[in-house]
Amino acid sequence: MPGKLKVKIVAGRHLPVMDRASDLTDAFVEVKFGNTTFKTDVYLKSLNPQWNSEWFKFEVDDEDLQDEPLQITVLDHDTYSANDAIGKVYIDIDPLLYSEAATVISGWFPIYDTIHGIRGEINVVVKVDLFNDLNRFRQSSCGVKFFCTTSIPKCYRAVIIHGFVEELVVNEDPEYQWIDRIRTPRASNEARQRLISLMSGELQRKIGLKVLEMRGNAVVGYLQCFDLEGESGLVVRAIGTACTLDKLSSPAAFLPACNSPSKEMKESPLAHPPSHGCRSTHNSPIHTATGSRLTQNFSVSVPTLIYTGMGSGSAGKEGGPFKALLRQQTQSALEQREFPFFTLTAFPPGFLVHVGGVVSARSVKLLDRIHNPDEPETRDAWWAEIRQEIKSHAKALGCHAVVGYSESTSICEEVCILSASGTAAVLNPRFLQDGTVEGCLEQRIEENLPAGCGFCHIPYDELNMPFPAHLTYCYNCRKQKVPDVLFTTIDLPTDATVVGKGCLIQARLCRLKKKAQAEANATAISNLLPFMEYEVHTQLMNKLKLKGMNALFGLRIQITVGENMLMGLASATAVYLAALPMPGGIQIAGKTPSDGSYEQHISHMQKKISDTIAKNKELYEINPPEISEEIIGSPIPEPKQRSRLLRSQSESSDEVTELDLSHGKKDAFVLEIDDTDAMEDVHSLLTDVPPPSGFYSCNTEIMPGINNWTSEIQMFTSVRVIRLSSLNLTNQALNKNFNDLCENLLKSLYFKLRSMIPCCLCHVNFTVSLPEDELIQVTVTAVAITFDKNQALQTTKTHIEKSLQRASTDNEELLQFPLELCSDSLPSHPFPPAKEHLESARSNSGIPAAQRATSVDYSSFADRCSSWIELIKLKAQTIRRGSIKTTVTVEKASPMGEGNFRNRSAPPCANSTVGVVKMTPLSFIPGAKITKYLGIINMFFIRETTSLREEGGVSGFLHAFIAEVFAMVRAHVAALGGNAVVSYIMKQCVFMENPNKNQAQCLINVSGDAVIFVRESELEVISTQQPTANCQQSCAGGEVTT
Amino acid sequence: MTSELDIFVGNTTLIDEEVYRLWLDGYSVSDAVALRVRAGILEQTGATAAVLQSDTMDHYRTFHMLERLLHAPPKLLHQLVFQIPPSRQALLIERYYAFDEAFVREVLGKKLSKGTKKDLDDISAKTGITLKSCRRQFDNFKRVFKVVEEMRGSLADNIQQHFLFSDRLARDYAAIVFFANNRFETAKKKLQYLSFGDFAFCAELMIQNWTLGAVDSQVDDMDMDLDKEFLQDLKELKVLVADKDLLDLHKSLVCTALRGKLGVFSEMEANFKNLSRGLVNVAAKLTHNKDVRDLFVDLVEKFVEPCRSDHWPLGDVRLFLNQYSVTVHSLDGFRHQALWDRYMDTLRGCLLRLYHD
Repeated sequence: MPGKLKVKIVAGRHLPVMDRASDLTDAFVEVKFGNTTFKTDVYLKSLNPQWNSEWFKFEVDDEDLQDEPLQITVLDHDTYSANDAIGKVYIDIDPLLYSEAATVISGWFPIYDTIHGIRGEINVVVKVDLFNDLNRFRQSSCGVKFFCTTSIPKCYRAVIIHGFVEELVVNEDPEYQWIDRIRTPRASNEARQRLISLMSGELQRKIGLKVLEMRGNAVVGYLQCFDLEGESGLVVRAIGTACTLDKLSSPAAFLPACNSPSKEMKESPLAHPPSHGCRSTHNSPIHTATGSRLTQNFSVSVPTLIYTGMGSGSAGKEGGPFKALLRQQTQSALEQREFPFFTLTAFPPGFLVHVGGVVSARSVKLLDRIHNPDEPETRDAWWAEIRQEIKSHAKALGCHAVVGYSESTSICEEVCILSASGTAAVLNPRFLQDGTVEGCLEQRIEENLPAGCGFCHIPYDELNMPFPAHLTYCYNCRKQKVPDVLFTTIDLPTDATVVGKGCLIQARLCRLKKKAQAEANATAISNLLPFMEYEVHTQLMNKLKLKGMNALFGLRIQITVGENMLMGLASATAVYLAALPMPGGIQIAGKTPSDGSYEQHISHMQKKISDTIAKNKELYEINPPEISEEIIGSPIPEPKQRSRLLRSQSESSDEVTELDLSHGKKDAFVLEIDDTDAMEDVHSLLTDVPPPSGFYSCNTEIMPGINNWTSEIQMFTSVRVIRLSSLNLTNQALNKNFNDLCENLLKSLYFKLRSMIPCCLCHVNFTVSLPEDELIQVTVTAVAITFDKNQALQTTKTHIEKSLQRASTDNEELLQFPLELCSDSLPSHPFPPAKEHLESARSNSGIPAAQRATSVDYSSFADRCSSWIELIKLKAQTIRRGSIKTTVTVEKASPMGEGNFRNRSAPPCANSTVGVVKMTPLSFIPGAKITKYLGIINMFFIRETTSLREEGGVSGFLHAFIAEVFAMVRAHVAALGGNAVVSYIMKQCVFMENPNKNQAQCLINVSGDAVIFVRESELEVISTQQPTANCQQSCAGGEVTT
Repeated sequence: MTSELDIFVGNTTLIDEEVYRLWLDGYSVSDAVALRVRAGILEQTGATAAVLQSDTMDHYRTFHMLERLLHAPPKLLHQLVFQIPPSRQALLIERYYAFDEAFVREVLGKKLSKGTKKDLDDISAKTGITLKSCRRQFDNFKRVFKVVEEMRGSLADNIQQHFLFSDRLARDYAAIVFFANNRFETAKKKLQYLSFGDFAFCAELMIQNWTLGAVDSQVDDMDMDLDKEFLQDLKELKVLVADKDLLDLHKSLVCTALRGKLGVFSEMEANFKNLSRGLVNVAAKLTHNKDVRDLFVDLVEKFVEPCRSDHWPLGDVRLFLNQYSVTVHSLDGFRHQALWDRYMDTLRGCLLRLYHD
């Protein structure tokens, strides 16, 4: 009996009126855990009852503690008839089970009813006393920490990254049980909520066991999903990355102010040998086949494309043997593993050696209820198949690991598409092994991988390319080969050298399909899939070229299956990597160049496209350095590397001829317009409007090129459903509708958030579903973060200055003019106008001043190279144009004034305001430091109504429900003592309506990490004793709001 | 392609002040969109009409959901569903309970009953304020009235505590509730020149001096009802005009004091008895509910209009009223000095405020 759970019911407030006669309520509370139930007294005639109950004590196994939720039901006592339920609260007590997380859950929880929504609040206190477990054969995995965050959490250090963990459990869906015909919708919904809660508890416990087995102590990048398979059941599955984490405990670690995430990861994870942590557990079977009643009846595996940065090319002369050595090392580390997959998208420095490209696999399955429950777990087999495929794709790319790995499903009736994707990569083995690798190799790695471009170098063999591609020597180090484009599913590595800013790119596609049954349907779908993949890929490529960029990060391709169509939506963040060649333009070629007017049309299109590319380059500030001989190959003027610098300079001279080819229009991308379809495609390329000035958007954690976030953040969810006119739908019409839907949605977001300008929409996450024949539903969750353009100027300036100093040691000639510029501009302007000089000098086109001013910081986070680039540019520009002073004064006025105002108006007390809980899909909070992780939040809600019209129609219903979900998440976080949720994600939002019956139902599943954060400004004050101080603060906060 | 569903939910609830104003003013979504377009928002932001429509709908939906909470502002502070910064909460409440001058003048002093509510369409037609907005304002008055009706303690404080208004708004509502409770007539033609501010000013003085609360702070309804005993006692003041000697003496004292200081001295001298009779009779009649209601009509008829027809400047009115009330203390035969002061201090304040064009 390893645990004692104690619960106290304090009070209620804002209860609904349950007795019409008195306009009051006689409320009492049932507290249930497992099979034990306690009740409070009835508090007569009050809407704000004060129960102040005794401590209800449950003595339970820790296995149950992990699986079961605490269930609190508020009821209205009725002497003559059955007591009426007011609503319920489910509390996941998992956060209380790890020593470092929360110690008590205490606060006001919304009382939730699946039919009426939130009905008042209840104040509850929950504690757990855990006893030391002496049983070595236990089934629980208490103490393993879970994080949704897909990078190493901020206040931890990765000692070892063990690798992939996965698990799934299956059950019958209560909604489809026979009993559902006789029970009320409320009872059915509650059964479902409870079951899913139980299943996810069980799943988490099982994953925890696997982690302990691997001798890890945490799961990072934990992603849990539900597959509502309807008749055939309910699958809860999860994947994650097992790690051994070490808490950074020294107070000094809290101190450094740091905006950009993962800077603090720099403390090398190698310092400590992984000697600690792993509770040795010896577990009896974990693969208990829980209600596995599903078998594979029919399955089609879809041939998948491998997207990559392409390219072959021998891995540089000197790189060869080294690479082989590295490969061997990695191989040995990874080959022990069944699946060398990592759900992480951001990594400790040095972890990622090379990136091969995106690998993905899909397969179409037919769901069927199985009559023989002893059948082995088919779902497991299905996923294993797909993972195997991914693994072999990665191998084909010369990679041994897959990072940024994720899995998803799309289900329509009995057809299910399973998808998996990730980025093939070569990893540094030192993070993967228990023993630390000998030092000499490390040295070599560091010396051989120039910062900021190493990951771009191809991992595969030039002579044995997996597919045709153009390879060039890296534009950064000039030593190794790089592909012309690079697609990845991960975040942009922090040390990557980027030119200009990034932007969100989407490929959208619909394909009609005939309605069919079973096998015929599955076959039809699997026949369509490769074409969709191909088209999505082409669209992405075209749009990337149109932006004048050369790499995609955070690529996520979602294929959704409906009754009569398939939808594909790919989102990614495009950037210009300095290491990759400059992309050529897009050239249009007509197939039948006979007709004169047609020719004219083509050339018109060509002009439009070229104009767009030029405009985009300006908009996103893509000005890669002109590579001239004198400066070639020396982007990193670090003192200690000077010798190497010289060498590479000399080397580069041989290579110039080869490099020159990549300039100009050499490898322009040719688009052939041979039919109307292609015409449409070109048109749709041009219809994507860039965000209004002052807005940027990306689907990665951080926006490449912006590093000066201010504290204002606004997380939001937006949902749109459109009904297609069912008459003669064509693929083109569908595509147009879908495109408009997405574009309009984005436009609406920009409009709504216009008060936050200048701001960036980060982690923009689109989800498409096809709830019915003619309905398309798009759900977007993202966070808008403000940034300070003025501050950007300052940081850039210091950059320039720094680089100037650095440069000066290298090259005297460079020194003179720019230094002069900086020094004379410094005292006269509060905001160093160096950048503005540049701006005004460069863009003498008709862009309004404000727009230009919003995009002033190009140097991406602390990277030296780009500021070096700046320098060259600065020099070039200033020489070309004479006096710049005049333009500066003109420019200064408007944007600066606005900026100042912004600063002032930003409420300084926003964070100290009591009870505010921030939510963000990112792993960090700008301008703040996460001091503690309190546990994972994983919640599932169902809401149903039989009075849809009265609740404001579908929009009113869903709006209220999502607001309620946010409220419940915030309440749970606040009760844990936290003040924010990071890595928040809405994994599912299934909406069904039946307007004729005035009914609707919606299921929402959300998750995230509850944390305590402290503002950097406050951090200085609180400094050492801040974890406790903050805890008190937030607790007090909770009290005051209530 | 039609949009079936279109929502935006922020972790922090977005409040657009402009749209909030349109919503409060009772415009339909389409009218609001038209008004926003006219205000030039499309040009400023480069948005499309569809975006604006969606945005407006969304805000309206949010306001609709918030409205239930705004009916009991403390609920808005404690609820968990909408995360709204405190400054924004205050703004929501303040704007929701704000009222139009034109509207409040129409219903001030009327019983806040169903009957009055039925007349709202007329008021709407007359004032040009949308019926929806009229209803909201009327319901606000009524809601505040119901809540504070039977409470102890200062009226304005109670309102502030239960509705979280600013000082200013709480005082205005105290006046509205006070007027509604005492049903003062304010709609007569000759009172049309008076603003809500004039009445609110008088209400505040009356609440401070003439209600039960002015003498005893531990009774229910203390600030709502006039002190009945005090009104009864006011009859005693009649002697000031009934006793001819006393009236003459009073007049001569006032005239002596003001000779040479008043531009309108002769007019004052000629009118003194009429004015004094008017003011004292108003006091003496306040025992009857009917006459209480007509207080402002009487004051204007008996004092403001005569003075105005003689073109008294405001300064002269002030001098006169000061002397008029002070000199009573020198009347030996008059015993109700305290009563006189309680009556006259308030009345003097009111009259000075009511005396304008």
